[in-house]
Amino acid sequence: MTGLIRTFRRGLRRASAEERRGPATPPPAAGDEAAPIDIAPNDPLLALLQSASGAVDIEALELDSPALVELKAAGVKLAVPLVSQGELIGVLNLGPRLSEQEYSSDDRKLLDNLAAQAAPALRIGQLVREQQAEAATRQRFEQELEVAKLIQQNFLPKQLPELNGWQVAAYYRPAREVGGDFYDVIPLPEGKVGFVIGDVTDKGVPAALVMAATRSVLRASAQRLVEPGEVLERVNEHLCPDMPEKMFVTCLYGVLDPESGHFRFANAGHDLPYVKTAEGSEELRARGMPLGLMPGMRYEESETVLQPGESLLLHSDGVVEAHDPNGDMFGFPRLKQAVADYPGGGELIDRVLVDVQAHLGPGAEQEDDITMVTLQRSPGAAHMRNGAVPDALLAEFDVESAEGNERVAIARVTDAVASLNISDDRLERLKTAVGEATMNAMEHGSQYRADRPVSIRVLAGGGNVRIQITDLGGAPPEREREIPDLEAKLAGLQRPRGWGLLLIENMVDEMRETSAAGRHTLELALRLEGDDDGDE
Amino acid sequence: MATSEIPAVRRRDGVAVIDLTGDVNRGAEESLDAAWARATRDRPDAVVLNFEGAGYINSTGIALIVGLLARARATGLDIRAYGLSPHYREIFEITRLADFLAINPDEESAVRGAEGNTNA
Repeated sequence: MTGLIRTFRRGLRRASAEERRGPATPPPAAGDEAAPIDIAPNDPLLALLQSASGAVDIEALELDSPALVELKAAGVKLAVPLVSQGELIGVLNLGPRLSEQEYSSDDRKLLDNLAAQAAPALRIGQLVREQQAEAATRQRFEQELEVAKLIQQNFLPKQLPELNGWQVAAYYRPAREVGGDFYDVIPLPEGKVGFVIGDVTDKGVPAALVMAATRSVLRASAQRLVEPGEVLERVNEHLCPDMPEKMFVTCLYGVLDPESGHFRFANAGHDLPYVKTAEGSEELRARGMPLGLMPGMRYEESETVLQPGESLLLHSDGVVEAHDPNGDMFGFPRLKQAVADYPGGGELIDRVLVDVQAHLGPGAEQEDDITMVTLQRSPGAAHMRNGAVPDALLAEFDVESAEGNERVAIARVTDAVASLNISDDRLERLKTAVGEATMNAMEHGSQYRADRPVSIRVLAGGGNVRIQITDLGGAPPEREREIPDLEAKLAGLQRPRGWGLLLIENMVDEMRETSAAGRHTLELALRLEGDDDGDE
Repeated sequence: MATSEIPAVRRRDGVAVIDLTGDVNRGAEESLDAAWARATRDRPDAVVLNFEGAGYINSTGIALIVGLLARARATGLDIRAYGLSPHYREIFEITRLADFLAINPDEESAVRGAEGNTNA
């Protein structure tokens, strides 16, 4: 008995695909095993075989069916449908009997029995093969994701710079399908630092490779060129010739001068950064086309001065484009408001992430990479609003918390400011203020414990001297401050002590208290030349 | 801190003069108390605090002077000061000590002022 077996996938998706490729089945030579014959999903033969109760006599069939024509041409006499769980999963095609006699009713019964046995076995075989193919595809996909992740992570900064007077924080979380987000921090001459945030269109390995190339070119260009706009121009020129079709890179590059707080940046189509100010939050703008789209692009530059206490947020579209279950985006207005409402630095990142997750909904998967970088300038003297003059660190030292050691602090601060030519009167004021502030820090903050020294920093700039006195006492307890009143003290209604803060306030031009991370800082600021000089 | 020494106490024209030396801070408490006791033992017409030899005065030192002032007022004793640098004079003004004890430019005027007060 010659025969040919043709199997096709559940739902006939493959049959349909093969149909598009056109017939490629030559007629079989007699006695040879024939090539499979496709049955198109809309072929009436398919419906007939699906509903047939047993072997179908092909020769006797009259149907407008291309497959039937092929079967007849191939010499098929009998087609036995293989049906498993009501679904046609294959057909057993038989040529003429070797005896050249017609198939008997016993033959047909035997074939029906064979089909009933073979169909489930064939179905199992098909399922196993499908699963193996799916597993292989999945594994390839996972491997590719792993490679993309490795590339991405390898090119992200291993550590962030420690900048005096600044807190730099960064966060990167890839989506499952690894998008093209990246960020970078580049040390530059004269203590300046370059900050990069970018996003490559596309996902997976192609995006990771373009990201790696962009990062390398940007790093090299940043060392050679000063202006951020020129750097992006150069990167664009390098990327354009080799950029894969339909891919491009959005990228923001800015240079921070940590001394002055100047941040000058250019932008290649990336989401705009926000600055947290005392008044709220501001969007910083600079225009430019994404990198890699077309050569000869120019990039607008913009700059701001980050004042003490202000912070900057660079972010990728994974934040604002996070969708809630209704399809609504997190959005720029909400992020801008978050920058205004929340503290800056790492805490801003943490709180935005909580908000984004709440927006996505419980258990929802992150759609795109999320990247955020914050630069926060430590709170300093608010009177230096122009921020143009850098502060010089004149001295930094610890004083052991022991009674009388405020004299040590006074002596060292006096030495540190010797070159500033402060008038004798103002110097005396500064000494009293430093003494009182150090006493308070040693007594109330450090409880005169030897293991809790008081740290003192002396800074000068912008016509001021600033003394930062920090203890490890954390935020002082909230209680109403007693304003010292001599009459009340003489009448025994107030304790004789409690003059410290009143003296400090009257001795310096400005006094600021800040508390963070278990540390409490009192900053004293004194103008080097006072309006009252000579009157004292 | 050269403040543990008991300040010298002098009598001049019925007025007790306490010559403060060194720092006026927490370490000066006992010696200042002792000097005060000595100065007021013979019921002077007034007590004059001589700050010419005093060094650093901190808020605790201010509190000590407030304590002396309170004791003087309790017994109706006049208390005056001289020899304060412009800086500490300002501090006496900020704390309003200057409102309760007369600050004189020198010992002569301090003693005289005290005499004048007694005569009035």
